[in-house]
Amino acid sequence: MTKSHIELTINGRTVEALVEPRTLLIHFLREQQNLTGAHIGCDTGHCGACTVDMDDMSVKSCMTFAVQAHGASITTIEGVANADGTLSALQEGFRMMHGLQCGFCTPGMILRAHRLLQENPAPTEDEIRHGISGNLCRCTGYVNIVKSIQYAAAKINGTPFQEAAE
Amino acid sequence: MIPGAFDYHRPATIEDAVTLLASLGEEASILAGGHSLIPLMKTRLASPDHLVDLSGIGNLKGITVAGGDIVIGAMTTQFELIASEDLARHIPIIAETSRLIADPQIRYKGTFGGNVANGDPGNDMPALMMALGATYRVHGPDGGRDVAAREFYHGAYYTALEHGEILTSVRIPVPPAGHGYAYEKLKRKVGDYATAAAAVVITMAGGTCTSASIGLTNVSETPLWASEASALLVGTRLDKPSVDAALAAAEAITNPASDMRGPAEYRTKMAGIMLRRALERARSRTEA
Amino acid sequence: MNDQTRIDQDRAERTEKLQGMGCKRKRVEDIRFTQGKGSYVDDLKLPGMLFGDFVRSPHAHARIKSIDTSRAKALPGVIAVLTAADLKPLGLHYMPTLAGDVQAVLAEEKVLFQNQEVAFVIAVDRYIASDATELVDVEYEALPCIVDPFKSMLPDAPILREDIQDKMTGAHGPRKHPNHIFEWMIGDKEATDAVFANADVTIKEMLVDHRTHPSPLETCQSVASFDKVKGELTLWGTFQAPHVIRTVVSLISGLPEHKIHVIAPDIGGGFGNKVGAYAGYVCSVVGSIVLGVPVKWVEDRMENLSTTSFARDYHMTTELAATKEGKILAMRVHVLADHGAFDACADPSKWPAGFMNICTGSYDIPVAHLAVDGVYTNKASGGVAYRCSFRVTEAVFAIERAVELLAHKLGMDAAELRIKNFIKAEQFPYQSALGWEYDSGDYHTAMKKAMDTIGYKELREEQARKREAFTRGETRELMGIGISFFTEIVGAGPAKNCDILGIAMFDSAEIRIHPTGSVIARMGTKSQGQGHETTYAQIIATEIGIPADDIMIEEGNTDTAPYGLGTYGSRSTPVAGAATAVAARKIKAKAQMIAAHMLEVHEGDLEWDVDRFRVKGLPEKFKTMKEIAWAAYNSPPPNMEPGLEAVNYYEPPNMTYPFGAYFCVMDIDVDTGVAKTRRFYALDDCGTRINPMIIEGQVHGGLTEAFACAMGQEIRYDEQGNVMGASFMDFFLPTAVETPHWETDHTVTPSPHHPIGAKGVGESPHVGGVPCFSNAVNDAYAFLGAGHIQMPHDAWRLWKVGEKLNLHQ
Repeated sequence: MTKSHIELTINGRTVEALVEPRTLLIHFLREQQNLTGAHIGCDTGHCGACTVDMDDMSVKSCMTFAVQAHGASITTIEGVANADGTLSALQEGFRMMHGLQCGFCTPGMILRAHRLLQENPAPTEDEIRHGISGNLCRCTGYVNIVKSIQYAAAKINGTPFQEAAE
Repeated sequence: MIPGAFDYHRPATIEDAVTLLASLGEEASILAGGHSLIPLMKTRLASPDHLVDLSGIGNLKGITVAGGDIVIGAMTTQFELIASEDLARHIPIIAETSRLIADPQIRYKGTFGGNVANGDPGNDMPALMMALGATYRVHGPDGGRDVAAREFYHGAYYTALEHGEILTSVRIPVPPAGHGYAYEKLKRKVGDYATAAAAVVITMAGGTCTSASIGLTNVSETPLWASEASALLVGTRLDKPSVDAALAAAEAITNPASDMRGPAEYRTKMAGIMLRRALERARSRTEA
Repeated sequence: MNDQTRIDQDRAERTEKLQGMGCKRKRVEDIRFTQGKGSYVDDLKLPGMLFGDFVRSPHAHARIKSIDTSRAKALPGVIAVLTAADLKPLGLHYMPTLAGDVQAVLAEEKVLFQNQEVAFVIAVDRYIASDATELVDVEYEALPCIVDPFKSMLPDAPILREDIQDKMTGAHGPRKHPNHIFEWMIGDKEATDAVFANADVTIKEMLVDHRTHPSPLETCQSVASFDKVKGELTLWGTFQAPHVIRTVVSLISGLPEHKIHVIAPDIGGGFGNKVGAYAGYVCSVVGSIVLGVPVKWVEDRMENLSTTSFARDYHMTTELAATKEGKILAMRVHVLADHGAFDACADPSKWPAGFMNICTGSYDIPVAHLAVDGVYTNKASGGVAYRCSFRVTEAVFAIERAVELLAHKLGMDAAELRIKNFIKAEQFPYQSALGWEYDSGDYHTAMKKAMDTIGYKELREEQARKREAFTRGETRELMGIGISFFTEIVGAGPAKNCDILGIAMFDSAEIRIHPTGSVIARMGTKSQGQGHETTYAQIIATEIGIPADDIMIEEGNTDTAPYGLGTYGSRSTPVAGAATAVAARKIKAKAQMIAAHMLEVHEGDLEWDVDRFRVKGLPEKFKTMKEIAWAAYNSPPPNMEPGLEAVNYYEPPNMTYPFGAYFCVMDIDVDTGVAKTRRFYALDDCGTRINPMIIEGQVHGGLTEAFACAMGQEIRYDEQGNVMGASFMDFFLPTAVETPHWETDHTVTPSPHHPIGAKGVGESPHVGGVPCFSNAVNDAYAFLGAGHIQMPHDAWRLWKVGEKLNLHQ
């Protein structure tokens, strides 16, 4: 099968490559670009572990062919930290609020939360729960993921974060 | 899970796409959002030799108000349907339904055209389009043609779309101002197909139902337009006996599969329950 | 500020700086995980690495007539295709299981479950390997299959395991039928039967804990790299027990154990799925040994759900006998255990039914008897301890449902019945009728705290009002109150009764203090998300007074870590946590001698003060641990060997017995069968609490899995043995939308035999949660005469309950 030429931006860097058309974006990122932060959890588009940000949308990269990303701008978890190398508000929120355990869903979860906060800077708990409903976590039970996102939203907005009482 | 190999094509116009499909033959598939097709390819239930990606065709996107109708381009995403002010004003049930489709990531990429065209009985838009009396615009080697949504679905993954044809847009008559609507979907979890779902659009005058249209999702090989059930409601005050009769008529046309969502008899009954709840909510929304 | 206040404040500041036990230390692991810098098995990329993929059986039971690999081998990029015929000369077509059975690596003459491994294709990348699996032509002759375990031992049942059909004695005694695996019994049958014969009240119910799957977000995977020149194998994999895997690989491959390097890198969740040895591991190893290049194997989700490690599938006929006042006199249980096609349960070797004999629960039951029959069926093998100690979820489900059924029959409140039968605080250590010695507990205090916090009395009043309203037709909603008071048994375990393939179930810690006072410590366990790198450091920090931030914890590399049995059954804290404390105390003892030498006093004149030894009565004369560390390498006392390190292999004297009181309030829509959890309160007592933040996280996660299992997370088979719903589309794993909000609470009853009093917590919420949800559902329908409602409680099943009770108009 004919290989396709693609050109795209990944974490601010221009990348050109020849890919077999059936190459899934997740494999392109993980194996050809060595960006192993995004993971494969379910293979069928239900778990969101492969989520990356593509042209201001949260996209499941194992449900996308690399050729479909031609011309796109992609952000992966590797491109999320602050320019000075410190953790972004979301990364810090997940750590402070214990929003992760095994870490396998975390890159996808953070990328999804990133887009959610871009669209809705001060989401309610219900909005957060629906907002991350395309991402499965098998470890945390979500309560602390919700808090992590609330923490990040507060930090970004400069508003005080009050951890909800049990 | 790895898809089989294929050649990739990204035409820039509908005409190019149609020409390509004609030349590539039966082993070519259309790629829109890909969220139905790619899982099938990864499980090797589909192994097309060619994919024709419609994303390069500029004029397949968008929502336009045209007279008494709204026209939605096939490549318009669920996300865009939810965000549309025109739809919110004129046909709010479309956004209500879109919000219940899959999950946020899939709604960014999943297209309206793909949802109505691929013939999966689990898709939510087809029953709604039947209820709304939509018309699909289809382009093929012989030019364009229109197919009524209510005539489009023939079996699971089997539609009026001939090979080589592309569904390019959907024309939906705007329901009267003040109409009541609801899409009730029973599902086990976000991302699941409906156990059963019902779309209802009604108009009321002086407490009497003046028009009703009902669509049912995922309770048969195809989406269903419950025409008899709809007719039974018109002229009634949506009192319990009338609604019961409509429910019975709606349940009678279902023929669901038994699966992890439940056995057939349950899903039939849930079609009825969803319809009852959709009718209640639709009535509460009428401005009569 | 007086002197004492100043001293206290100084001590508090130094204690805080340690970030030791009891504080909500933020996790060390998260720095890399939040940046996508974890290193999981599939992240590994080695030069020349090949990729393996399986050809699997479409049939549940079939004879293999022929396998033709020629078309696959002809595909460019395919390097090799392995079948049983290739493995047989090496003696590797079968592998031993942890349960004393053997399991086919690649099917030889028959396939025994759908998706069983038939051939292993090795290609230059995963795309070509996948293509090639389609080109292996296998001819099958379908055979009648057994899906229902109750049909396994019928006289005319098809014989599944022809490889052992003449072997009428298995690893656990005589077999009654070719499809029988074992019968295991414990307790006093005669005395139990006698009590039942004369009891005022008895209940008997078949309680089914349905087949499910642990389903961590990362599937099972491995990379094997064999160096032909050195004769050494390096095996990276998703291993909850890397050392055991090394031993197993050595035993089955014949490679000397010191030439096998097993590495478990970051693991994306385990929950029991990653304890066993799987065909994929073996095939990647064989592939690499044969080809001399690295071979990677990565399961996809369908393979994971349908082949590696199911859990549960216990059919438990459960009986209780009691006085009419509600004193439980005896328990009798028979279990039919569906083990699938091979007995691959990952239990301690002498325990074919795990610790099912914890089934007398939190109650003082004088006599009991338990019998378990294990049988083969045409389903995947496993029977793993899914987020619980071995078969403890099943045991707790049995007793906690049974007490509810008894309460209903007696017309007693279910909480009151429990309280009446609790083992009392003064009875500990408590000898249970089925052979365990419970270490510590204060059940009455925990229950009272839970009932007061949740407002139990008010909830029952509300429920009474709602039931009346339902009867009057004013609502279509039923309210259920679920209770579960569980006792777990974790921390396997004492050598006298716990071993894996003959290796006692100790665990280990090795701690080295560097000259500058920083630390590296290694354990025989392996975190899969539990945060070991954070919590073990807290134990050491408190024990030896070095800040947790200066302590690095390393696990998973069998070359560097001391031998250990791994992480499952909540054993890390009870066993390796104890080893860590004991090793740290050895270091502290040596440090005290060094400090005495430095301060020119007698050892006995020193006292420990947070991070230093100081001279009693002369608080200004002290040596900090950091100073002592330097001295250990620079100027140790005469006749003392330099250095400051210790290792401990800890063999626990007993298991630990965490417990808890859980309450669930649920509202069920009878017309759809949809159940909504309004409130869930979990009080856990896991003894000493090392990191409350991590404990809370563990409880949240365990409750979520309990919720899923109780409400729909099920592996089903149709009558032809086709596995249904083996994808995340169909398999019920809840998202943030369906998952309830969790409330947590605790009491603290330390374990008397554990060095720091900790008991383990990771699995309690799952074990206690499943019956709590099921009890809530059952409680909702109980007043309508529903009887026992089997799990899982998905909407359609609850709707059918409503149908049976004529609740639908």
